[in-house]
Amino acid sequence: MPAGTLYRGREGMWSWVAHRVTGVLIFFFLFVHVLDTALVRVSPEAYDKVVATYKSPIVALLEYGLVAAILFHALNGLRVIAVDFWIKGARYQKQMLWSVVVLWIVLMLGAIYPVLGHAARELFGS
Amino acid sequence: MSDNTVTAGTATGVGPVEGSSVYSVDNPAPLIEPPRKRTKKSPKSTRGNFEMYGWLFMRLSGVVLVVLVLGHLLIQLVLDGGVSKIGFAFVAGRWASPFWQVWDLLMLWLAMLHGANGLRTVINDYAERPNTRLWLKGLLYTATVFTILLGTLVIFTFDPNIR
Ligand code: HEM
Repeated sequence: MPAGTLYRGREGMWSWVAHRVTGVLIFFFLFVHVLDTALVRVSPEAYDKVVATYKSPIVALLEYGLVAAILFHALNGLRVIAVDFWIKGARYQKQMLWSVVVLWIVLMLGAIYPVLGHAARELFGS
Repeated sequence: MSDNTVTAGTATGVGPVEGSSVYSVDNPAPLIEPPRKRTKKSPKSTRGNFEMYGWLFMRLSGVVLVVLVLGHLLIQLVLDGGVSKIGFAFVAGRWASPFWQVWDLLMLWLAMLHGANGLRTVINDYAERPNTRLWLKGLLYTATVFTILLGTLVIFTFDPNIR
């Protein structure tokens, strides 16, 4: 580590870490996602086969994780933009972070049924 | 002390509470040049503003991506039966409309460029050896160009009657 560039904050640092980790994760997923979608140029069967794996219960859980990562990155990204462009942004960065977290939790609770419902029906019968 | 132009200012205490300033229209305060201001005499910048535009792009693309990506998640994973409905037929139905073609094309380009620029920052932060940086960035740029071109090709050449 170059000396003097390491800063240890509190909420600010951890939200930055989470923003970075989620951003990198989303990028890697996007790479794979473009590849699997490209199968529509191969044949309908090839595409439907790979999409079928997206519908399995285990992958449904991964999908829920992906939604979690994207939602946090998107909401916190808006917070970063507000900190940079809104005059009072820096002063309210902490309040904005907690708003992001609360909104994120609410949205993640709301996503349980739509994203995981089909997996639950498959595992436990309808 | 008193014949020093800079410390002379302290006599006024600066604030209006403590009295009037020694500076006036007839006796203006000395002008302090911004330390790194570029003048006609300074050499031409060789760097451009690439990093500033990158910084701005992250924020502008971020705002647009909120709509595109969260809309995409809503359509693909939540509405109308969630992921269960997705298949070749669903894709064909959506890409029959130029609106969704443009949506997906814009999302592809913005997300890839935003993500690639973000990863460039991450590489710059953690990879210290020049060779490591070179190879990681080479890999990143290759993968990014490949993915953008492949995705664009797929959207433009999609054929619902491929069989
Ligand atoms: C959904 C809307 C999105 C918003 C509002 C958003 C916002 C932002 C902002 C403002 C930054 C700059 C942070 C900084 O300079 O400190 C950033 C960084 C980043 N974003 Fe996004 N982004 C979004 C979507 C995405 C997507 C889809 C990807 C992946 C393809 C992604 C990957 C990244 C990466 C890798 C970084 C760099 C992180 C870092 O330097 O620590 N973002 N994002």
